[in-house]
Amino acid sequence: MPTKEDLAIAKQMPDAGGHFGQFGGRYVSETLMAALQQLEQTYEKLWRDPQFQAEFDYDLAHYVGRPSPLYHAERLSRELGGAQIYLKREDLNHTGAHKVNNTIGQALLAKFTGKPRVSAETGAGQHGVATATVAARLGLECTVYMGEDDIRRQALNVYRMKLLGAEVVSVTSGTRTLKDAMNEAMRDWVTNVDNTFYIIGTAAGPHPYPKLVRDFQSIIGREARQQCLAQTGKLPDALVACVGGGSNAIGLFHPFIEDADVRMIGVEAGGYGIETGQHAAPLSSHCKPGVLHGNRTCLMSDEGGQVIGTHSVSAGLDYPGVGPEHSYLQEIGRAEYTAINDDEALHAFRHLTLTEGIMPALESSHAVAEAMKMAPTMDKDQIILVNLSGRGDKDIHTVAGIDGINF
Amino acid sequence: MSRITECFNNLKSQGRKALIPYVTAGDPDPKITLPLMHALVESGADIIELGIPFSDPMADGPVIQLACERALLHGTRLVDVLDMVAEFRKTNQTTPVVLMGYLNPIEIMGYSAFADKAKAVGLDGVLTVDLPPEEAGEFNRLMKASDIDVIYLLAPTTEEARVQKICAAGSGYVYYVSVKGVTGSASLNVAEVAEKLKMIRKYTEMPVGVGFGIRDDASARAVSEVADGVIVGSVLVNKIAELTGNQEQIPEAVAAITASMRQAMDK
Ligand SMILES: Cc1ncc(COP(=O)(O)O)c(C=O)c1O
Repeated sequence: MPTKEDLAIAKQMPDAGGHFGQFGGRYVSETLMAALQQLEQTYEKLWRDPQFQAEFDYDLAHYVGRPSPLYHAERLSRELGGAQIYLKREDLNHTGAHKVNNTIGQALLAKFTGKPRVSAETGAGQHGVATATVAARLGLECTVYMGEDDIRRQALNVYRMKLLGAEVVSVTSGTRTLKDAMNEAMRDWVTNVDNTFYIIGTAAGPHPYPKLVRDFQSIIGREARQQCLAQTGKLPDALVACVGGGSNAIGLFHPFIEDADVRMIGVEAGGYGIETGQHAAPLSSHCKPGVLHGNRTCLMSDEGGQVIGTHSVSAGLDYPGVGPEHSYLQEIGRAEYTAINDDEALHAFRHLTLTEGIMPALESSHAVAEAMKMAPTMDKDQIILVNLSGRGDKDIHTVAGIDGINF
Repeated sequence: MSRITECFNNLKSQGRKALIPYVTAGDPDPKITLPLMHALVESGADIIELGIPFSDPMADGPVIQLACERALLHGTRLVDVLDMVAEFRKTNQTTPVVLMGYLNPIEIMGYSAFADKAKAVGLDGVLTVDLPPEEAGEFNRLMKASDIDVIYLLAPTTEEARVQKICAAGSGYVYYVSVKGVTGSASLNVAEVAEKLKMIRKYTEMPVGVGFGIRDDASARAVSEVADGVIVGSVLVNKIAELTGNQEQIPEAVAAITASMRQAMDK
């Protein structure tokens, strides 16, 4: 167990070089170094700037619709017969997921730096939609990279991005999923570094991205902490969030790091099951540290150092790495990581829809499934706070397909 | 003196510039790489850059991405690439060989194991695209202890203060990336490159190689007039791609391109 001092240190991470202990850092080709240094300086200056903060807060309130509610899922909790489940309703944000908190922040950075074009990678398409949305609002040119397989899985979001004026580029290299979309977005950035702001979609990538994405997403945890205290008079016993790259999870976790009694549980995609090797769960399958997409983190790669193909029913979790801060929080024993398989997530998707009338994204369904497992083992006066990172409309197509229905 | 430094010194005394071809190890078949390396040397190559295949070559354009995919189809791993260097050294003890690639295969092997093995097989240098000097403390120390030169990239976006820092960290030569972009993308502007090299030379005595955007005899010659080394990759890899169905023709066909560049550079 980490001591009070350890947690105080953890809260201050990363160091000046973007390191979270042995993880993180800036592992990129030389062409991008100047752009990253510039981004770091801009960010450090603006994040403390009252005018920037005021604009960010205004947008979160009036454009995104924050604060998002904290909802007591009473019927579900009663039925499970254990801990009380509270849902942080990021699904109610404009565009339907937590992703927009981050794109609002990064688009403001793009605006302050005067870049006319933004680019992004996307898996489930939620980050792509959130980027296309803020680009439309600010009148910026927008290119979104998306793996060919994900374009098929998330057709609705692809069309949505196009309606918003974005160019969606199909990525056909490698495994044709999020990892490859990120490769292509980095190639775009190397080529167009002078006029393009790269809006990364998760708390990964080279320094300062993991830090700034966390800071923009931490609104989730700050609100949830206050709301939980106001509604129940105490802090939750456990936080549960799904982990793809880890942005919704770190956004919820970070403001609670020094609350040592609050357990933090990150839920990765177990795919067909950890034992099958067909999953996207680097932390819960105890992968060694590796280097991909600009940072050092636990990474699914083979004994020759090649990155392994992943599988998850949810496109947004289908990624072989994880944000470096999660690798760190696991290493120091502050956060725990576990995996939920495809069929468990699908069951949770249906179950929350039926019992609460809330349809979660397949990504968020992983967190719901874990909470459903935990609740019966806990007391009725205990609290599990689940980050409901997004809504499930985009996944109706996938679930219908599993039910044998084609529109 | 390292084999790389000796190579550049010899060329300098002859008034010639280094021709440095890049090919991806194991592309399209591990059996081709060794004869290809020898053919390149015979055609006038001075140093060989051998690519370590990687699943996610983020700094490369489609040509070298596909080369990696072809090499990985046969499961060419870092250990296999090092074995190729060992084979090459059995009959060639003079031509420097530099491995070029991404960090993860080396990270997973372990820096220390890699350094030992690299020394044992007679490797001369290593260029890791995604390992800038800021993250390379331990790596540099182990490579230096094994007498392996660590070659760094400089880019058009690299500011002057950083050029100095990078040159201080590296050895052997520095590699100036002549265009903003991935490998095989745009054509380079020789006048701009010449300006940049003037600045770089304020900070280092090391030879400067220029790569990215060299695609024919004319660009090779133009670059050789301002740089110490001409690095050529995508055109060669393209030729390999064309001939994947007729593998036995690859060494000769690729060497024909470098032979012609050599002639153009020496004129
Ligand atoms: C609704 C939702 N939740 C979670 C994720 C996973 O991303 P992260 O781990 O960065 O929160 C995604 C990604 O697309 C998403 O759309």
